[in-house]
Amino acid sequence: MQKNEVKKPNESMLSRMVRHQMFIPVLALVILAVFNLIADPAFFKITVGQNSSGNMVLQGFLISILNDGSELAILAIGMTLVTAASGGQDISVGAAVAIAGSVLLRILGGGNSRPEELAAPIIVAFLVSCLVAMLFGAFNGVLVAYFKIQPMIATLILYTAGRSIAAWINNNELPVITDPSLGYYGGFIPGVPIPTPFFIAAICVAIIFLVLKFTNLGLYTQSVGINENSAKLNGLNPQVIKVITYVIMGLCVAVVGLIKVSRISTINYSTIAKDIEMDAILAVALGGNALSGGKFNMAASIFGAYVIQFLTSTLYKFKVSSDALPAYKAVVVIVLVVISAPTVKEWFGNVTKKFKVKEVA
Amino acid sequence: MSNNKTKASGSFVDKFNNLTDTNLLLTITVVIFFLMYIGAIIFQGGGFLKPQGFFNLLNANAALIVLACGLSIVMITGGIDISVGGVTALVSMCCAVYLDHMGGNVFVSVLIALAVGLAFGAFQGLLVAYLDIQPFIVTLAGMFFARGMTTIVNTKPFNVANEAFTKLKMTRVIIPGMGSANRKGDYIDAYVEIGVIIAILVVIVLFCLLRWTKLGRSFYAVGGNRQSALMLGINVKRTRFLSHVLCGLLAGIGGYVYFLHVGSGSPSHALGAEMDAIASSIIGGTMLTGGVGNIAGTFFGVMSLGTIQNIVSQAGLGEAWWIGITRALMLCLFLVIQSLVMVRKKKA
Amino acid sequence: MKDNIVLQMKNIHKSFPGVRALQGVDFTLRKGEVHALMGENGAGKSTLIKVLTGVYSKDEGDIFLDGKEGPVAIHSPQDAQKIGISTVYQEITLCPNLSVAENMFIGRTSGIGQNWRKMNSDTEKILKSLDIPATATQQLETCSLAVQQMIAIARAVDMDCKVLILDEPTSSLDEQEVEKLFKLMRDLRSKGVGIVFVTHFLDQVYEICDRITVMRDGQLVGEFEIEKLPRVQLVSKMLGKELDDMSDIKGEQKAYERKAGSVPVLEAQGRVSDAGIKPFDFHIDKGEVNGFTGLLGSGRSECVRALFAADRVTGGTIKMNGKPVKISKPLDAMKNGIAYLPEDRKGDGIVGDLSVRENIILAQQVLKGFFKPFSKAKQYEIADEYIKLLSIKTASADTPIKSLSGGNQQKVILARWLFTHPEYLILDEPTRGIDVGTKVDIQKLVLKLASEGMSVTFISSELDEMLRTCSRLVVMRDRKVVGELSGDDLNQSKVMSTIAGGDK
Repeated sequence: MQKNEVKKPNESMLSRMVRHQMFIPVLALVILAVFNLIADPAFFKITVGQNSSGNMVLQGFLISILNDGSELAILAIGMTLVTAASGGQDISVGAAVAIAGSVLLRILGGGNSRPEELAAPIIVAFLVSCLVAMLFGAFNGVLVAYFKIQPMIATLILYTAGRSIAAWINNNELPVITDPSLGYYGGFIPGVPIPTPFFIAAICVAIIFLVLKFTNLGLYTQSVGINENSAKLNGLNPQVIKVITYVIMGLCVAVVGLIKVSRISTINYSTIAKDIEMDAILAVALGGNALSGGKFNMAASIFGAYVIQFLTSTLYKFKVSSDALPAYKAVVVIVLVVISAPTVKEWFGNVTKKFKVKEVA
Repeated sequence: MSNNKTKASGSFVDKFNNLTDTNLLLTITVVIFFLMYIGAIIFQGGGFLKPQGFFNLLNANAALIVLACGLSIVMITGGIDISVGGVTALVSMCCAVYLDHMGGNVFVSVLIALAVGLAFGAFQGLLVAYLDIQPFIVTLAGMFFARGMTTIVNTKPFNVANEAFTKLKMTRVIIPGMGSANRKGDYIDAYVEIGVIIAILVVIVLFCLLRWTKLGRSFYAVGGNRQSALMLGINVKRTRFLSHVLCGLLAGIGGYVYFLHVGSGSPSHALGAEMDAIASSIIGGTMLTGGVGNIAGTFFGVMSLGTIQNIVSQAGLGEAWWIGITRALMLCLFLVIQSLVMVRKKKA
Repeated sequence: MKDNIVLQMKNIHKSFPGVRALQGVDFTLRKGEVHALMGENGAGKSTLIKVLTGVYSKDEGDIFLDGKEGPVAIHSPQDAQKIGISTVYQEITLCPNLSVAENMFIGRTSGIGQNWRKMNSDTEKILKSLDIPATATQQLETCSLAVQQMIAIARAVDMDCKVLILDEPTSSLDEQEVEKLFKLMRDLRSKGVGIVFVTHFLDQVYEICDRITVMRDGQLVGEFEIEKLPRVQLVSKMLGKELDDMSDIKGEQKAYERKAGSVPVLEAQGRVSDAGIKPFDFHIDKGEVNGFTGLLGSGRSECVRALFAADRVTGGTIKMNGKPVKISKPLDAMKNGIAYLPEDRKGDGIVGDLSVRENIILAQQVLKGFFKPFSKAKQYEIADEYIKLLSIKTASADTPIKSLSGGNQQKVILARWLFTHPEYLILDEPTRGIDVGTKVDIQKLVLKLASEGMSVTFISSELDEMLRTCSRLVVMRDRKVVGELSGDDLNQSKVMSTIAGGDK
């Protein structure tokens, strides 16, 4: 009989640290930070300046990381759950953000592309856009859970159609909202020097942690993702749980839609949240979560999202154009998946074992 | 298990049940294409009436045919490749820069296209087949890498002014006897571009490859059941690797065909082409689960998608979003059909 | 080597970490015979076959093959095929999407091209010569399972195999299909092929086999001519009890007696699922321990799965304490106080990456509802309680369950279901693949639970265990309930003869 795994007392502090799930994202952050520190310490400078609407706000690369990374962090929440339960990723989030944003603008403008005043309170528009985004999420979820289509292929449908649907909702017009209150969500609330998206993200993070603490969402999604048969025999309905994760993803998408639209008070259907799915997937992977589903660590994913944004900002700092960014990130993805591939791990394990044997001998 | 299948009877239903998956899905596609095209001729007329309308459909979709063929092969083998659109853009850009800025040779530009495609195919195939990483993630990264590299090679779109290339681009292959008179009454010959000839050659070669070679049949075997294929003595890893290499090569060829058609380099070239290629392949009867598919079907899949697009725009719904939505609807429809075919078989 | 011997395995040893799977096993196969390889789970049959086909490498021993000088070396299934040893597995290892002809020839021929005409005509010839009802161009999937098996066999035969191993080929076939398969086997036998037949169906063994080799606990029990080994003796050899010492060991359980007027905790009538069992009736009283017995594949697991609605239920009624209830999915069963510890611990039981703690609370947590999670503190309290109660050996409550030993994993699953405080507990092979100490613990626990008023259904491949714990046994053969034994009938010889059935 196999001996139980007992914590080896001689296990070094270092190796335990290395095996911790936060190790890779923290290491990545440290490398990036050190790199920036050497290249140009001004990266870390935070100043107080006046923004376009005359508020005194904090400025600097770090602030913009907090600002832009927040959208990613919110999406990472949904992506983590979807990945855990269905063992695949939702690649339609960018397109879905366009839909959510478009719905928001449609309600706010009331069908008028240059409305003088808001046709509906922002909260109403936001709730409607939440509903729509959740419906599209449910559509993805049903394809995955009931039609048993691989998640990435199922979400491909919305990925293809999403931006077209978004344009169709507003008759391909680009409503511009002049009301300054819309700008608060993606910019600054007067008198508060910290960007609002950070607060929104903080609220979302707080909510998801409360949900994970006070409901069984975590236990259920992980059980379904790890062993669907077993989950079923324990009375769970794997299909319903998968759909729920996609609906939650839809909710996250709606929040990001609000922020995105608020930033520019209008929308650009083909560029809004472009390629954001890649970053969200990357955040999940960087957080050490298996892309094949199962056990997840929400905090690591969210932290991963900010690290990804740190990487993006660093690349911007070095004058990498936004169109060229994906090439660099693709390299990061490949490195991540290669080092976490089972065959590579096995090979690596064998090498270290041999090394240790030699050491003993 | 039921033994009703062994009962011999020549009824239509039995013949239907005995149809192989490949042929069943192919039949559905071909029937839908012809119904659509004939319907369009009857109800919409216009461009559909003249043979040149059909050839224009070919001209516009030649590159997509080649890309979709590549995707069919990886999908038959049970994989997926979503980098082909990005590779197409990268190939166009590399060739454009080489021909225009460096005044290069047309023949070498073809080699560049093939090399870029092969490099992508080989690297992705290596990761997928030998390191056993999910093909979707690998090729998603491939897609982003190719897109990013395209901008790194050159940020701005531009037209290629290279004499030899322009000559090749403008070459038209006349189809005898299919011409028609224009408004003035002059007889205009029907023609196709060079790219169409390449695409049709690719379709024929791949059709033969899949049907009459060991490698082709191994693709089907591996896609049908990887474990069984291994037990039957097939080198599964090599087969999966080769499927990606072939797909990469075809992305290179397709990229060049695309480049020949548009004659320019731009980072926004072939946006979403991978989705169109996957959709065409699925519409053409390639099963996402692998093991089922046919290059002829893929050809008709591309043509169906093109026809739908023409119908939508001729019906006065010219706005871009209608095309996007109809395509997605069609993809969704065929995915559901496949899902239902699977259910039917499980019950049978 | 004698002329008629085609394969000889001598003194084969094979160990896995902590397990001696084969200990000096001999096996001899003659030309033109069907040779049954019998044994209960863990007897070492499949290990022996995997050694023979090169999936595992042996630690010790030699394999001799007719026509080859000296011992042969087999390192892979391909090696085995090359020297004429072919295997047809229980799960069909052909490609369902290819045609019959392709499945016959793919991966075997050289060259680049595929000559369809020659392949099809060759295939037609083979199909005809073996009388297989299929056409060369048919897609494999459209053939019935039996025909698919036959095609797999035809492929093997066409590869000039001298030794054909059939690993449970009949487990998913119906009677007519089995008949067709047997006809093919007889044909091959008359052509001089040596066939190794692994099965759990006794009737089939006596119908087609010439010889039987029985294994138990990784050791050879013996090789017997079929005529000289009556069924009851075969069963006793497989289970490891000589007929002589079947001194009717009675368990500590009292004889089962139905109290007049008492209402059974659970009563099922005509219950049937889509897993291929015949409808069955069943009932269990408060505090009773009963069991389903029968050889592997007899349908004993499928019956309890049908009670719990683990498979799709297709008919029958269930009454709990006299009240009719609807149990169409596992959650229904759980709400009615039924708990089910599945047979396939790894596939259906544990949630590998989750901790011991989470695995213990899972079922009760689902019952309690989505919005009412146990607090962390409570979870640890529960986990610690059950870890202590069942003496689960784990580093901590947070250790992932997959890193525990099999026995301890089983205890965790047991804890999971005990924590739901069920009225009726179903244990399907709770003692499989775990150490003796744990086995005894589990048996004791079952009796203790019963004495506290819980009803328990206990399934085990080991008859000893069943007799020691159960006061009534439902006997199954070939997916049907064939008898029910209690009281004085509850002894080894009676159980075995009921399992064996027939007149021998």
